[in-house]
Amino acid sequence: MDNNILLEVKNLKKYYSLRSGFLFQGNTGVVKAVDGINFFIRVGETFGLVGESGCGKSTAVRVILRLTSPTGGSVIYKGRNIFEFDKREMFNTRREMQIIFQDPYASLSPRMTIGDIISEPLEIHRVGDRKSRMKKVKELLSIVGLNPEHINRYPHEFSGGQRQRVGVARALALTPKLLLCDEPVSALDVSVQAQILNLLADLQKEFNLTYLFIAHDLSVVKHISDRIGVMYLGKLFEVANSEDLYKKPLHPYTMGLLSAIPIPDPALERKRKRIVLKGDVPSPINPPTGCSFHPRCPNAQDICRKEEPQLKNYSKEESEHLAACFFAGKPI
Amino acid sequence: MSTNNKVLEVKDLKTYFFTDAGVVKAVDGISFDLKFGETLGIVGETGSGKSVTALSILRLIPHPHGRIVAGKIIFDNKDILKLNLKTLQSYRGNRISMIFQDPMTSLNPVYTIGNQIIESLVIHQKLDKKSAVKEALKLLEMVGIAEAKRRLSSYPHEFSGGMRQRVMIAMAIANAPDILIADEPTTALDVTIQAQILELINELKYKTNSSIILITHDLGVVAKYARRVIVMYAGKMVEFSTVDNIYYKPMHPYTMGLMNSITRLDKSKKEKLKPIEGSPPSLIDLPEGCTFKSRCIYGKEKCSRRFPPLIEVEKEHFVACFRVKEIRKEGIKQAVE
Repeated sequence: MDNNILLEVKNLKKYYSLRSGFLFQGNTGVVKAVDGINFFIRVGETFGLVGESGCGKSTAVRVILRLTSPTGGSVIYKGRNIFEFDKREMFNTRREMQIIFQDPYASLSPRMTIGDIISEPLEIHRVGDRKSRMKKVKELLSIVGLNPEHINRYPHEFSGGQRQRVGVARALALTPKLLLCDEPVSALDVSVQAQILNLLADLQKEFNLTYLFIAHDLSVVKHISDRIGVMYLGKLFEVANSEDLYKKPLHPYTMGLLSAIPIPDPALERKRKRIVLKGDVPSPINPPTGCSFHPRCPNAQDICRKEEPQLKNYSKEESEHLAACFFAGKPI
Repeated sequence: MSTNNKVLEVKDLKTYFFTDAGVVKAVDGISFDLKFGETLGIVGETGSGKSVTALSILRLIPHPHGRIVAGKIIFDNKDILKLNLKTLQSYRGNRISMIFQDPMTSLNPVYTIGNQIIESLVIHQKLDKKSAVKEALKLLEMVGIAEAKRRLSSYPHEFSGGMRQRVMIAMAIANAPDILIADEPTTALDVTIQAQILELINELKYKTNSSIILITHDLGVVAKYARRVIVMYAGKMVEFSTVDNIYYKPMHPYTMGLMNSITRLDKSKKEKLKPIEGSPPSLIDLPEGCTFKSRCIYGKEKCSRRFPPLIEVEKEHFVACFRVKEIRKEGIKQAVE
């Protein structure tokens, strides 16, 4: 086994049960938000998880941080399963795993100054005294490209991009090893989005950070990630190096997804033949039998309706290229 | 008149919002025309005034704070801004219709889909109920909704986001409008659904002979569907040209910065993004001069004196920048390197 692996997610599951009725509540079904996903992230690497709304990517992040309890599986951080940790151990481990949230308007308390916001993790983990904490906060502010003199300002005094920088500074406060970025740039405008993406890339180099980067925008994910996992209805459909995934996608869903994303290049777009996937993502309450993609898949055969394909490696080279499809690589 | 191939002409439109904090110049003097059968893209970031432009065309600016303070919107040889309400109503949803961004909130939750589509058919085409239902069925089939007959009596909450947007489109094209304004029609949708909807709008354009104003912040969407593109920044037009010029030969520093900021699927990770520094200015109390000056790498003293006029630098290529001459030279130099 690779010694460089920082985080390994094994057969991770998170089910939510649905209840109905008021007095005689009964389980009427389960939503398999995350249904047995496997992947690993090496030290210093960026692993991107991409998928459309409801595919379970955000739930995966929450379960990995144990912000919500898992239904099954394990998350191995530095060789140990964090689901077996007691409260104390988990508390200490969280220092090394931090999260950046999507919405910089909702994830910062409007009643706290940004200085307090960024120093809060330091206080919770009892790092240094007040004076040294403030020094650290100022340092962090300049690292993320904000003016340290603005330490006493409130979030509403900042723009969206600046607020996201505050979010990044807060996540960095405890010098984490792993940063989970849950759609960190989706709420931002393009010009500001690029600033934050560059900042994250610079920080990664400087502090040797490892990222789990989640977004629905494949072009953003591809830009920042070394490897990418494509999720659909709680499952991983394909895992590969970002270039391989783009150049030779194996799963028909990935092909459709790539083709659906418009490229800002008029001549190229006019030539490009678009594969338009039909239909909607099915309801996760009652997912289709067999391969959950089969109702939308142009390649679907009888076997796809009956059996569920497992992730298999199709790469002959050193780097893996996994896909869960009986007809992987067949063009659509 | 020379407006033969122009279906719409917007002249020096100014739409301001009068708030307690000050006057927000959401749209501050923009002029453009829409040609027959074309798709015109308007791109810009949050707060650049693109949606307010769209709303102004149909005079849907919320009262009492918002007001169109100046300008002309010429449609059908008449100034929309001077029409009486009755005539205006006969245009809305009939000759000019709109697809809104959020299909979750722009449909009425207490009426069936059928009811909502039929409404505009009954009002504008004076159809009786029976033939309106027939027509509505046809429309639903046209926008690709399966089991249209049963779906007519469904309520919006029974539809997915993509399906709701299809319903919105069915309503918008019900009367084969001359102009279809699509204000971020796919922003709330997933990419695979986005592709479906955009293809649909584009197909229907030919069926209904409409001209489209496509408003979006997604430069990829515009690249595929628009013929000409307006780039807006802080309530002003900064560049206006054919889609190829905007993407391959941008001349305004903002457009150039925007192009360097986009993550592209076909670019490798090694190519670093070159973002525009800073963030868009607050629209209240905008400084004198060019609104982009504080973020502009080409900024010079004269840029703070007044906003540069939009000048036709080359044929069909309008740019609002004092330094466009120098930038053109430098741009060419960069291209050579």
